[in-house]
Amino acid sequence: MAVIIQQLVTSYIASAAFGLLFNVPRKQLLQGGLSGMLGWIFYFLLAQYGMNAELASIFASIMIGGIGQAFAKVYKQPVIVFNVSGIIPLVPGGLAYDAMRHFVSNDYNIAIQLAAKAFLISGGIAAGLVVSEVFTRIIVQSRLKKVEAAKPGSIFKRQ
Amino acid sequence: MRLSNNQIARIVELCLLAGEIMIKSGAETSRVEDTMMRIAASFGVPEAQSFVIPTGIIFSSNREDRAKLVRVAERSTDLEKVSIVNSISRQISNGELTVEEALTKLKKVAKADLSYPLWLQILCAALASGCFLIMFQGVWRDFIPAMIAGGIGHMLFIYLHKYIKVKFFAEGVSSLAIGLLAALAIYSGFGTNIDTIIISSVMPLVPGLLITNAVRDLMDGHLMSALAKGADAFLTALAIGSGIAVVVAFI
Repeated sequence: MAVIIQQLVTSYIASAAFGLLFNVPRKQLLQGGLSGMLGWIFYFLLAQYGMNAELASIFASIMIGGIGQAFAKVYKQPVIVFNVSGIIPLVPGGLAYDAMRHFVSNDYNIAIQLAAKAFLISGGIAAGLVVSEVFTRIIVQSRLKKVEAAKPGSIFKRQ
Repeated sequence: MRLSNNQIARIVELCLLAGEIMIKSGAETSRVEDTMMRIAASFGVPEAQSFVIPTGIIFSSNREDRAKLVRVAERSTDLEKVSIVNSISRQISNGELTVEEALTKLKKVAKADLSYPLWLQILCAALASGCFLIMFQGVWRDFIPAMIAGGIGHMLFIYLHKYIKVKFFAEGVSSLAIGLLAALAIYSGFGTNIDTIIISSVMPLVPGLLITNAVRDLMDGHLMSALAKGADAFLTALAIGSGIAVVVAFI
């Protein structure tokens, strides 16, 4: 339990601090931190229970994407503002470092393996974000069709 | 109502300015194109064409008109500007702004420097590095070394990038400095695990946003932007990697 609290606090601070480096608007820093914290803890728990890193990243980023879409709707901001700080904890920096370390010590087999894994994880993160965006579009679209069928131009309401 | 040529030229100028600010601030390609088309459509130019890549924008008000080009030399990440342009375009769509009002507003945004104070950025980079250390299963004893290495590395990056303008070089030198600081921490007995210290301190430099944006653009069908952003991210990763590699090779 102490480990989880520790992870919650550090991931919140790290995501919010990253948001500041990317110049996220002041009010959205805290929400970005929240999305980063929830995404990371989800990933952390999945990984703890033995799911492999690629799958866990995809699930966590689907969740981050969903949170981002919801926040974007509520606070009327572009969704990238929330997603950027959300996905930062998932970025496979450690793996990329390991890969590089093996490259330097001429251990190309392991290096390529690790690099491929890092590449797959970053692809998975982006894929997760896209999946949640597509889902949101479908939901918004079906709801809008009911509400304002007369306005064809406004089906894809901007987030 | 038919628009005069002069009016159309102003609308095109407005769209290009909005697009330029968004690209410079690191928005996704599809959002940039979408915003430009929306602005054009709400001022009565429904058949505008736009082609956006990270290094420039081509925009034309319709199929017969001449296309306009804007070159974008430098990009950074400034999400506050993206959010402001987004809300201006929202106001335009709701019919709350005229072309001239929107142009003055956008020009103000383009000139403004909205970034947080430098000391706060460096402090946050340091704090983020420390927190990443814990997230990557490091021990609390390495917290301070990671903070120092991350903060100094980020500070070095900001200053080098300001004066030398070659991003690749600035990243390489800063990650070299991070590696040296981490090694110093280990040899002086402050730190325990050099790997976690280095990984967490280079995190502020890692092109995570670029990689994700590149893959997103690829999935949206913006193939040129995706390749350009991917190349940018790859170059950054290479710079960080080679900076660290120099240190790792000597340990």
